[in-house]
Amino acid sequence: MNWLWNNLDEVGELTLVHLALSVPTIIMSFVISVPIGWAAWRFRWSRGVVLGLAGILYAIPSLPLFIALPGIIGTSLRAPINVVIVLTLYGIALMVRTAADGFGDVDPDVRLSATAVGYSGFRRFWSVELPLAGPTLLAGLRVVIVSTVSLVTVSAVLGIQSLGSLFTDGFQRNIPVEIATGIVVTVALALVLDLVAVLLGRLLMPWTEVDARSRRAARRQARDPEGAVA
Amino acid sequence: MSLFAEAFAWILDPANWVGPDGIAANLWFHLVFSLSVVAAAAVVALPIGAVIGHTGRGRETAVVVSGGLRALPTLGLLVLVALALGVGILAPFLALMVLAIPPVLAGAYAGVGAVDRRTVDAARGMGMTEAQIIAKVELPLALPTIMGGIRSAVLQVVATATLAAYVGGPGLGTYLFLGLQTRDYPLTLAASILVIALALVLDGVFAGLQRLVVPAGVVAARDTDRLRSRPSRSGAAAG
Repeated sequence: MNWLWNNLDEVGELTLVHLALSVPTIIMSFVISVPIGWAAWRFRWSRGVVLGLAGILYAIPSLPLFIALPGIIGTSLRAPINVVIVLTLYGIALMVRTAADGFGDVDPDVRLSATAVGYSGFRRFWSVELPLAGPTLLAGLRVVIVSTVSLVTVSAVLGIQSLGSLFTDGFQRNIPVEIATGIVVTVALALVLDLVAVLLGRLLMPWTEVDARSRRAARRQARDPEGAVA
Repeated sequence: MSLFAEAFAWILDPANWVGPDGIAANLWFHLVFSLSVVAAAAVVALPIGAVIGHTGRGRETAVVVSGGLRALPTLGLLVLVALALGVGILAPFLALMVLAIPPVLAGAYAGVGAVDRRTVDAARGMGMTEAQIIAKVELPLALPTIMGGIRSAVLQVVATATLAAYVGGPGLGTYLFLGLQTRDYPLTLAASILVIALALVLDGVFAGLQRLVVPAGVVAARDTDRLRSRPSRSGAAAG
C-alpha cells in the first residue's frame, strides 16, 4: 500500500492523461456515428454497406491497428493522437449500428405527423427524430464509454502514457499494488464517465425517467397471478 | 508506404515461415490457444447462461457481472495474473478466459431467453423434462445467438492473445514485441498484419457457422412466412 501513498501524484496525473485521451475519443465517436447511423437508416441501400464496414472494422484488433495506423498516416509510433484516431474508429464501429436502430425505431406515424404539421426535414431531425432515438443512442454511447476507457490502456505497451502505464511499469518492476491500482482507477473512471452520460441523458431527455416508471408499473399490472410473464 | 512493402516482404519470405519460431508455428499456436480459451470459457458460461435464460432468474445479476467484467482492462488483469503465476502460458489463458466469458454468457442467456415461451410450453405439454427442454428445444433454437456470442468472444481473444507475448507467452505477439524492442518497425507491422488477417478470416468463418447452425425448422418457417406475407403488402402482416 505504501506504493500508492508515495505515488498518488503520478496516479492522478495519469488519470488526467487517460481522461484527455478517452473523452475526445468518446465525443468524436458519438458525433460522427449519429449522422452515419441516420444515413444508414434513411438510405436503405447504404445500410448493408455501412454496417458491414463497421463489422469488419470492429473485427480488427486494436493493438495491431495502433501500430499500422502510424505507417498509413505518417505519425510517430508513440504519438497519443494514434490512440484517439484508432479508438474513435472503434467507437464508430460500435455505435453506428445502435444509431441506425435508434432512428429505425422512431414510429413512422410520428414522423408523418411531424411532416403534416409542417416540419421541414432538417427541423424534424432535430426536434422529433433525434430526441426519440435519444435513449437508444445513450445506450450505445455507454457501451462506447466502457470500451474506450478500457482499450486506451492497451496503448501503454507501445509506451504511450495512460493509466495503462501503471500495468507495464508495475509488471516490469514487480509491484502488484501498482497494477491493482491501475485496474481499480480504470474501472472507476469508466463508471464515472458512464454515470455522467446517464445524468446528461436524464437532463436532456427528462421524459425517459417518466417512461421507465410507467412501463415498470404497467409490467407489474400485467403480471399474471403465477408471476411468470416473459 | 515502403514500410508496408518491407512488412509484406517479410511475411512473404518462405524462410520466415518454417521452424519452431516460424510464422506457421506461431500462427498455429495463436489459433489453437485462442480457440481453447474460448472453449474453456464456453464450458463455464454456456450452462450458466442456459439456466439463466431458461428460468429467467438471475438475469439482472448476469447483466451487471458481464458488464463489469467488460470494463476490466485486460492488460491490467493479464500482468497481474502473470506476476502471481509467473510468466508463461497459464496467466494469459486465465486472463483471456475472463475476457471471453461475458460475450458467451450474454449470447447464451439472451438466446435461450428469447425462445418463444409457447414453444417451451408445447414441449412441456408433450411430456419433456426441463433438462430435455433445454437440450432439445431451447439450445437448438438459441444456437445462432449463442454462436454470435462465441464469435465475438473469439474475435476479442484472438486480438488480445497478441498481448500474451508481453508476459512471455508464444503466438503472433512475439514478433510484435520483438519488433518493438529492437525498433524494427516493419517486423512489428508484419506481425500486426498477420493478426489482423487472422481475425478477419476467423470472423468470416464464424459468420458462416452462425448461418449454418440455424435449425432447418426455423429456416422453413421463415420461408413460408415470407411467401405468406408477399401477396398482402399491408403492415399488419408484420405484427
